[in-house]
Parts: sequence; C-alpha cells; structure tokens
Amino acid sequence: MASRAAERVLQHQVVVLGAGLAGMRAALEAARAGADVAVVSKVFPTRSHSTAAQGGINAALAEDDSWEKHAFDTVKGSDYLGDQDAIEVLCREAPSDILELEHMGVAFNRKPDGRMAQRPFGGAGFARTCYVADITGHAIVHTMWEQLAKAGVRVYDEWFATSLITDDSCCRGITAMELRTGTIYTIEAKAVVVATGGLGRVYQPTTNGLICTGDGMALAYRAGAALQDMEFTQFHPTTLKNSGVLITEGARGEGGHLLNKDGERFMAKYAPNRLELASRDVVSRAEQTEIDEGRGVDGCVLLDLRHLGTKLIHEKLYQIYELARDLAGADCTKEPIPVRPGMHYQMGGVKTDANGAGTLRGLYAAGECASVSVHGANRLGGNSLLETVVFGRRAGRAAAEWAHEAPEAGPLSNAAGRDMERSIRELAGRSSNGDRPAKLRWELGTAMNSLAGIFRTGEQLAEGVKAVREVRERYARVGVRDHGRVFNTDLVAVLELGYMLDLAGTMVAGALARTESRGAHSRRDYPKRDDANWLKHTLAVYSPEGPKLSYATVTQTRWQPEERRY
Amino acid sequence: MQVTLKVRRYNPEAEKPKDYWQEYNVEVESAGTVLDALIKVREETDETLALRCSCRSSICGSCAMRINGHAALACKTRVSAVAHQGEPVTVEPVGNLPVIKDLVADFQPFWDKVRAVQPWLQTAGPEPEKEYLASNEAMMHLAGVVNCIMCGACVSDCTVLEVDKNFLGPAALAKAYRFAADPRDAATSQRMGLYNQYGGVWDCTRCFECVQVCPKGVAPMDRIMALRERVMANGLKDTYGARHTEAFTEIIEHSGRLDELRLPLKTYGYTNIPKLIELMPVAIRALAKRKSPPVLHKSIPGVENVKRIFKKVDQLQKGDGKVSTEKAPPKP
Repeated sequence: MASRAAERVLQHQVVVLGAGLAGMRAALEAARAGADVAVVSKVFPTRSHSTAAQGGINAALAEDDSWEKHAFDTVKGSDYLGDQDAIEVLCREAPSDILELEHMGVAFNRKPDGRMAQRPFGGAGFARTCYVADITGHAIVHTMWEQLAKAGVRVYDEWFATSLITDDSCCRGITAMELRTGTIYTIEAKAVVVATGGLGRVYQPTTNGLICTGDGMALAYRAGAALQDMEFTQFHPTTLKNSGVLITEGARGEGGHLLNKDGERFMAKYAPNRLELASRDVVSRAEQTEIDEGRGVDGCVLLDLRHLGTKLIHEKLYQIYELARDLAGADCTKEPIPVRPGMHYQMGGVKTDANGAGTLRGLYAAGECASVSVHGANRLGGNSLLETVVFGRRAGRAAAEWAHEAPEAGPLSNAAGRDMERSIRELAGRSSNGDRPAKLRWELGTAMNSLAGIFRTGEQLAEGVKAVREVRERYARVGVRDHGRVFNTDLVAVLELGYMLDLAGTMVAGALARTESRGAHSRRDYPKRDDANWLKHTLAVYSPEGPKLSYATVTQTRWQPEERRY
Repeated sequence: MQVTLKVRRYNPEAEKPKDYWQEYNVEVESAGTVLDALIKVREETDETLALRCSCRSSICGSCAMRINGHAALACKTRVSAVAHQGEPVTVEPVGNLPVIKDLVADFQPFWDKVRAVQPWLQTAGPEPEKEYLASNEAMMHLAGVVNCIMCGACVSDCTVLEVDKNFLGPAALAKAYRFAADPRDAATSQRMGLYNQYGGVWDCTRCFECVQVCPKGVAPMDRIMALRERVMANGLKDTYGARHTEAFTEIIEHSGRLDELRLPLKTYGYTNIPKLIELMPVAIRALAKRKSPPVLHKSIPGVENVKRIFKKVDQLQKGDGKVSTEKAPPKP
C-alpha cells in the first residue's frame, strides 16, 4: 500500500467493498493472485449479514448425485431466467469450493462414515445441502475471517463507501468515510470488487439485518453500471411475525410441516410432490394464499417441528429454537411457530459475467449484490452461500488479473474525495426541519411491501413508482440531527436511505414493465409465464430522470424451458 | 409497555468529553427487546445516540452492552425481563474496552488478542483429496465453540481484565480452544506453548462471569479449563498454575481435604525463597487472626473412598483418552 496520507489518498491494486463471504473470499483470492488488496467494510467482517445464513450450502458431493442434477434444479428454480452457462460454473465448481471450506476449518456436520452430511432443501431433487447445524453462514464467515487474518489482508473496517470513482467508463477507485473520525478518503484502485450484499431494508419487514441497504449496488448504479433483474425479490416462507427474523429452510429440510388454522398440511394442494420443500416462491405464494383466504392464524401459518423430537431440534436446529423462544415466545419442541413469508433476498443486482466483471471496466461484483445470473427469477435455498464462495473467488481472481494488466492511468487526484467531503459536510450541517430518515425509510419499506409484494398488480406497481418518487422528493429535504463527525450513524442512515431509494426505483420500474409472472415476480394481472415475450433479463441504467430499462437475452445451454411443477 | 432507559452517554467531540447519564422514555411492544427500544430512541427521539446493531437475531455480535450492570446482547434481552417494577433500565457500553462514543466501544484490543492466538486451522501433511474424515460428535463439539459470535460480552465482564490488561481474555482463549480441540489441527504443541505464556490460560480466576453472560452458551471459562488440561498433558508443567493444579490434586487424593499450608509451598517450591518471603505477610496476617492452617494436616474419615474416586477417574481417562473437563456442546 502506498498513500499520500496528507491528501487523504490511499492506493491499492484491488479494493473489495464489503466483507461478507463474497467480499472476504474475493479478497483472499486477489491476495493469492499476488495483488495488493484491501477490504473496505462498514462493519467488522464477522458482523456482515452472511453470518445470518442458517441452513446450508449446496454441492453435488454424493456419488449418485451430479453437478448436472444440481444445475437442472437451479435452472428450474430460476424459472428459466438464470444464465445456464453461469449455473454450470456454479454447480461444477461447488464441490471443490466446499471441500476448500472444509480444509480451511469449517466444522461441517458428518455422517457416520466421517464424510460431510447433507440435508434436503427446497426445490432440490437430492439431499445436497452441507451444513453446520443451523449456523452454517456464521461458521463459514468466521472461518473465512480466520483465513483473511492469516493472509494478513488489510481491512478498513467501519469505513462507509460513499462513491465509486470512474473515469471514461473505467472504475478507478472509491471514496469512503472512516466512521471513527468522519474523514473522507479517496482509495485509488485498478479494480473494485463490489460485494456489499443485499438490500433487504428497502422492504419493511425483512429478514435482513439493519446494515443490508444495498450500498454497493447503488454506488455501481450511480457510476453507470447496469443493474439486472431488480424486480425479482425473494420472500422467504418462514419468518417470525413481529421481528421478521428468519427461520431456516433447514427446519423444513429436517422434516418440519406447514399447517393452516385447520391443522391441514396445505402444501399438498400447491405442490403435491415436494410439499414443504417446493421452491421458495411456490411455498410463499401458497402461504400467502392460505392467509388471504382466511385459513391463516393471526396473519401467519404454523411451522410445526414437534414431531422431529427434542433431540434433533437441540442438535441441528438449536439457533431457531432460541430465536423462536426469545423473539416469538414459542417453544418449538412443544408448539408450532407462527411464521409468514417475508422479504429475504434480492435475486437482481449488478450485472456481471461469470468472472464477476460488471459493465464498467475495472468493476467487479459478487454475492447477493451481483446478478451473474445464477438465481434468475427465484433462488434455491443453499445456493446463495455457494454463490458467494464460487463467484467471490472468480471475481477476486479476475480483478487481480485486470489490476496486473490494466494500463497505467496516472495518479488519481483527491478531487473526488474533496467533492464528497464537501457534499457530506453540507448534508451533515443541514438544518433538521425535514422528515426524520427513519420515518421515510419506514414509509418506503411498507409501501414496497404492500405494492411490490409476493403478489403484485400493474395498478399497485404504478402506485409503487409514485410512492418511491414521493419519498424521494421528501428525501431531498431530510433532516440530519447529529452534526458530529465521530461515528455519526444518523448521517450514515441518511446516505443509506439515498441508496435504497435509487434501488427501489429500479425494482418497481422493472416490475411494472414485466407483464408476466415468473419465479418470485408474481403478477395477478398477468398470472402466466410468457416465454415468447419475457424470457429475457431486465437491465436498468441510471439516468437523472429515473432508471432506463433495456433487455438482454438469457443464455441457455442444455435445458429448454418447461412448465414448472413441484 | 412503557420503559425508561437510562443510557450512559459519551460524546468525544464535546468541549470537555465526559460520560453522563441520559434518560429516555419509550413505548415498546410487550415482547420488545432492549435493542428495539434503543432503535426507537435513535429513530424517533435522539438521532445522536450511537450504537452498533444489525441482525436483531443474536448472530452478528454487534450489540453487546451492559444492561443493568451486566453484559448482554440488546437484541436478545427482552425489556420485560429487565425493567423491574418500572425501574429504569440502565444501558452502558461494554466494559474493559475504551469507549468511542455512547454505546460504541473500540474493539481493536479485543481483535488484537483474538489474532494473537493464531486463530486459524493449521493442518499437517498433504491435504486429502476430499474432506478430512471426522466424527460428527467431534464436529458438533466444535460447533459449540464456533457458536461464539465475538460480541465481547465475556470480555466486558471479565474480572481479570479489569486488573490485568495483558490477559488474553475469555473470547480469545475460547477461540484458541476451538483449534486445540479440532481433530484436523496439527499445531498442538506450538499452540500449547503459546497459550501457556503469561497472559494465557493460567490467568483466569474462574469467577464464572463469562459463563454467566455469554449469550451463546459457549462457556469460555470451561474452555480455558480444558485448555489447561491440554497444556499440562503436553508436558508443560513448569508454571505456578500447573504446579498449583497438581499440588491441589495430590493433596486431595492424599487426605481428602485441602492442606492450605502445603498448597503454596508445593506450588511455589519449598526452596523458592523470594516467593515464600513474598507470602510471609499473608501468613502473618492469618496467624494474627488465628486463621492459619494447622501444621499437622489430618485426613478426613473415609479417605480411602476419595482415593477410589481418583483411581476410577484415572481409569476412565485412560479408557477413552478424553480430558475430563471437555463438556458436551452447550444445549440451548
């Protein structure tokens, strides 16, 4: 690392934004490839939201399983919107990446023969989800951090990214605020890997942590990169009623049942073959239908684990046992847990190729913030952790190679940092007469949930477009009440809300335009999938008037679209 | 329900930075957590209040703080469980770490100590083509420690760290144990040397605070005790800690009760004159208060039964090679 500290300009060859699994894996790979890499994250790496992934990570490890079967399940799960070349990469490389995690130290559960155990998961024709009880993401995150520490990778933790610097459609670095001092730095880099995770807080409620505000997606979008398939938002079938906190799909993988108020296993009506283990979009729609038609319990359905027995629950599902007890007051060994579908995951994101390269030179993305696209219109459980390690690795490698090859562009001035410093000081010093940022976020989130929810109509989505615009207008006058520099979370919340408003705009615009139902995008006014007109990706590019939409073809290699049944 | 939060605040940018208490009245749902209440304050009343939080589900480890004087995760603590009869709930930053602002502490010293235990797997020989073979029990045992979310609650309330900043502390040592107990790890003797040093396993006073406050059932103190046994099993017995353990065991086996006169003599050595001189004031005070142990130490009646217990434990340990204090993974 070189620096011109007095000018607040730092230099690295590769900068990774975000320190969840995709970011840490990318940084580790860039370091292995010999690049001077630094990670910039608004939280300490182990606080990243990857740690909340519970159920597991997929790979075809068993002899009678195959990567082709895994790929087919993923293609079908994606409702044929996933790019099949990327899905082939994901599933072919899954076993070696998971074995590498094991070699790094992840304490995967075992079978009696000492090999890694695998549990069934939704939408999968085979039990291929490796797991550490129900703390899989947490276990992998901590192991990945250990590897990062071992490799001595530089981490700027609690630095909040404020912009991507571009020059002639080429990414040249970032600006970021060190939260402890409030100082804005320019970090020059040949390549930037965006790995900032999801945008769940655009919705209210969501399973996502408070930090999941889509920062990297929004910064890439503002810098001119294309976002892809932003209308595809996954609602997880089992979230706790009040808090929106996640209850793992592993609970159904281990044999849990979903019941309506009559005690009926209603999934038999919607997915007679796979029942509770149909894909998430199917299960969430079924639950919502039960609730809407008056067969719910207090706005929920019931997740019944009692028949699994106390021993299994305490060994394999102990985190959700605690969460249900602590947050919903339910002892799941004795009573069912009330659950409902809730916003969980964003399939869309920064458009990349299978090496993580975005549509700007020097810009890469991996993990939830990227759209490769391996998830298409609906992600399968156990594939997101997998995506972070496979495409984190590939993006880190590609970024390091680009950093070695890229032509010298001359030193970056700190103009971007100075401009950012000025605009942030202006914002932080603004009088506090406007709306509170939390109020606006709440309004945005509840509007998104009711107007761009599990089921949506053209009318609702048009209203959604208006609602986002209206919140944006008030955002221009939002109040900042903390005028300090040190750890100013009020200022951060205001900046995050700006990111989320940009992203929400692309989500409702894409959803309004797509007049079909596919995967998680379920239009009541267009209930059928329409391959003739809509087997294509939505691209959204920034313009001052709002997102400009265009479309791109879906790559198909060996699987032709079929009707989807579970 | 209505609750009063009494928050210890600190603004480093004040003219004369000084911590102070501030009270907030806030309405939360009956099942609401302290974190819900704090977020409500921050979002609706006072945006200058700084705290870390994210997942709301006890897994990211961001929101450890002292609630009514003891470290806890704000997102796991229900308001109704800590608001006693309308008394205000006190909320302070974690202890034993410097405060940056309000409830935000500086975790740099915390992570430095975690890094100091070489917190990564060190295998030997060529990697297997597939996974390392291991028993599910061994992996589940590890998962009990891997459950640690590095929230710092244990470090906050560690009574040793209060007086000795050099102690590696419960979080780092639990992490150390996670590798020592991993059947894939091959750096045992090097690790044991490291953990046996000043500031390591012997500095714990077994006060149980870390076990009490850990929100994830990791029981760091138990892990430290298990590390002590491993350190000694690796032949590292030339510390006061190890000798104290051995002397203690010997005496009990011999007479069924503690011989408080010989315990320090055996621990420090009969010929360790400087140390024994150091102990003199304690001995004199004990004498003056007529609390000195008898010179003639008598066995308890039925001491043969105690010896039989020792024999049995010995046999069991030899039988499965397991160290006695390594408990099963914590159950919720």
